Amino acid sequence: MTEDPRLTSLLERADTLFRDQALAAVRAWKARTSGLAVGFLPIYAPRELLHAQGVLPVGLMGGRPDLEIIKGDAYYQSYICHLPRSTIELGLNGSYDALDGLVFPAICDVIRNLSGIWQTLFPRLLVHYLDVPQNFDPAIGGAFYRRDLQTLGEALEAKGARPLTDEALRTSIALYNEDRRLVRELYALRRREPWKVPTSELYVVLRAALLLPVEESTPLFAEYLALTSADDSRRPQDQARVLVAGAFCEQPPLGLIKTLERAGCYIVDDDFVQVHRFIRSDIPVDGDPLRRLVEALLTDAVASPTRYIADGVKGADLEGRLAESGAEGVLFCAPSFCDPALLDQPMAVRAAERAGVPWTAFKYAENTGQFQVIREQAGTFADSIKLWSGA
Amino acid sequence: MSRAAAPPATPAQKDRSQVRQKEMIARHFDRLAAAPETGARCAYTFVPGNLTELLLSFDVLPVLPEINALQSAMRGKSAEYIAAAEKLGHSEDVCTYVKSDIGMLKSGNVGPTGQRLPNPDLLLLSYTGCFTFMKWFELLREEYRCPVAMLHVPYQAGGRITDAMRTYVVDQLRTVVIPRLEAIAGRAYDENRLKHHLALSAKAEDDLVWVLQSARHVPSPIDAYFGAVYYVGPIFSAFRGTEDAVAYYRELREEVGERMRQGRGPVTLDGEIARERFRVVVEGPPNWTSFRQFWKMLADEGAVAVASTYSKVGGVYDLGFRHDPSRPLETLADYCLGCYTNLSLPARIDLLTRYVADYGADGFLINSVKSCNSFSAGQLHILREVEARSGKPGAFIESDLVDPRYFSAANIKNRLESYFQMLEQKRQGAAS
Repeated sequence: MTEDPRLTSLLERADTLFRDQALAAVRAWKARTSGLAVGFLPIYAPRELLHAQGVLPVGLMGGRPDLEIIKGDAYYQSYICHLPRSTIELGLNGSYDALDGLVFPAICDVIRNLSGIWQTLFPRLLVHYLDVPQNFDPAIGGAFYRRDLQTLGEALEAKGARPLTDEALRTSIALYNEDRRLVRELYALRRREPWKVPTSELYVVLRAALLLPVEESTPLFAEYLALTSADDSRRPQDQARVLVAGAFCEQPPLGLIKTLERAGCYIVDDDFVQVHRFIRSDIPVDGDPLRRLVEALLTDAVASPTRYIADGVKGADLEGRLAESGAEGVLFCAPSFCDPALLDQPMAVRAAERAGVPWTAFKYAENTGQFQVIREQAGTFADSIKLWSGA
Repeated sequence: MSRAAAPPATPAQKDRSQVRQKEMIARHFDRLAAAPETGARCAYTFVPGNLTELLLSFDVLPVLPEINALQSAMRGKSAEYIAAAEKLGHSEDVCTYVKSDIGMLKSGNVGPTGQRLPNPDLLLLSYTGCFTFMKWFELLREEYRCPVAMLHVPYQAGGRITDAMRTYVVDQLRTVVIPRLEAIAGRAYDENRLKHHLALSAKAEDDLVWVLQSARHVPSPIDAYFGAVYYVGPIFSAFRGTEDAVAYYRELREEVGERMRQGRGPVTLDGEIARERFRVVVEGPPNWTSFRQFWKMLADEGAVAVASTYSKVGGVYDLGFRHDPSRPLETLADYCLGCYTNLSLPARIDLLTRYVADYGADGFLINSVKSCNSFSAGQLHILREVEARSGKPGAFIESDLVDPRYFSAANIKNRLESYFQMLEQKRQGAAS
């Protein structure tokens, strides 16, 4: 049985967007709409708010492995991760010229300080540091975050965006709810039938969506879900089910994800391109929409290593994901020099051990070019799971 | 070595203030060591955004893991502590303060005075200017199983403190920090006591600023980087808001004033710098494992740090901030928000440029440490911007806080010598 040509075509389109480092798709959108486009760095940005003001949110996740870093390396010492180098390279080489601003979420000191570099390198652009609260009381952290969102909305308006209205924000929340629902369904399908949704494919679709307005990303997800669900040419193989943890900011090269799959792993849960899943369930569309957006972040966001876990057991979220996904192993796969991932890792390891799930760990950079060692490590790990699990 | 090398330093003598500081520290660690018997409560917390006055108002003793880590490095213990932490799975890529602290804990938690530190009754997570702080105390929470009070201090990305930021911090002080302190101390919040300590803080801060600004004098009577580490010790740690700190800074001011009147230079660990040849501003924390050797590299060249940013991590008092007892919680919020590593990169560039001008510096030096992304990420950009704005050349060296594997003495010395030779040549070129 052969693959549906519509699926082939969809994946080709997604791959073109995934490779679109110079944001041609964003330029085309701007030419069509005359709207503003604002980039955001990992992990999370309130895309609903931007959309409600007619602004295209553009997810930026660093550079592809084939991006030659010339200027970016002059900004960072060897012991700092790779994502800010490629981001600066792409800013300075004109790839991001289509963007009217950038949002830098508060996830680590490197991204934080990159916001300051951006302010001095690109003084005409809107630069917003999204200081996501670590206090989750709606009256305290929520009030602070609400004010931050209002400030962002006012800054967008000053740049020429539409004023933020409750009605527009409700509409945008509903659109992104549907977007997130489809991504949840894709992840659920992958947990049930990982052979139907290879992660190397899903990942490209998720990355492609970062450059699209929600009106186009939702149909992309829906079509992919429908086509891959119906594709009976995809048959199960004897692979180990693994959860990949730690790759929530700087992304691994696609070749690394393919390597893990070729090494005998079904990735049944991961942290890749997390913005599509950062809010875990639908945001209510009734009542004050800005309050709803704030509360969703406070109470319904994933337990990222970038968020303070005030209550409960650290690592409980990972244990829950392991149970839900039926993962037989964890691959701790973090970018080199990533503070949030690597400082969190000892606690995450303990959580995996509490769950009785074996694990292994390795690091990467977005421009890692050699996968042989990782292939051997992941292959041995997958083999050991298949040989010894349940013994 | 530069051609016109400075004369060798003369032997060091301990000033009265140094003796006083040593006694203050010894008493504090005695109190900590005795805490299990006396029932004294203690809170582990961080230097930037520390709330010492508030702790004192509850009679809670502060413990500062960053300072323990740097002390471990100066005592030559950090390498084994870091190795112990890495063996437990902590990545080689992350902050060595954290690993030194975890290693010290796993090795019996013996502090810098050789006495065992008490377990914390509270982890006061003053989350100011450093992402790693949050992860550090999440790790310690798993070890000590004690309560945590998280105080999220927003980042001054826009270069100023907004009302929303201040309100956010004050609200957390009222609803999170103070109730947790009341719970461990077994007593109610006493605002008058807090005000009393804040008033003492402001007095000490006045004298500290005077001391730091004495470096505007030529020759500078102090070294505002290596030497300032000792000067800021009491105010950055357990003593801000105490009579001891007031007395220490008053004494220090008198000693520095006397040195200035006599036209004398700073005292290093190897003696006094007899002739000031170069005046430099320094950005970034010191290396602690080779602190003495590092300082000597500059002192041998007759180089004196006339201003530094590291001496502002516990408060940028020279820009005018003083703790204000008339608005106790708001002033604590402003203090937390204003610490150096909570400033935006453009604000840091402005401050360094201003220091170069105000202190008549010949140039500036960036010591970029591997462990600290809060400081280090962006420092190469800072280098270029400050050079462009100040017209003065910068030098860039790399080391680490407490991991001796990352201190390459030959490499650093070579770079420093080249830099000072270049400054000398520029000076001669300008004179000819």
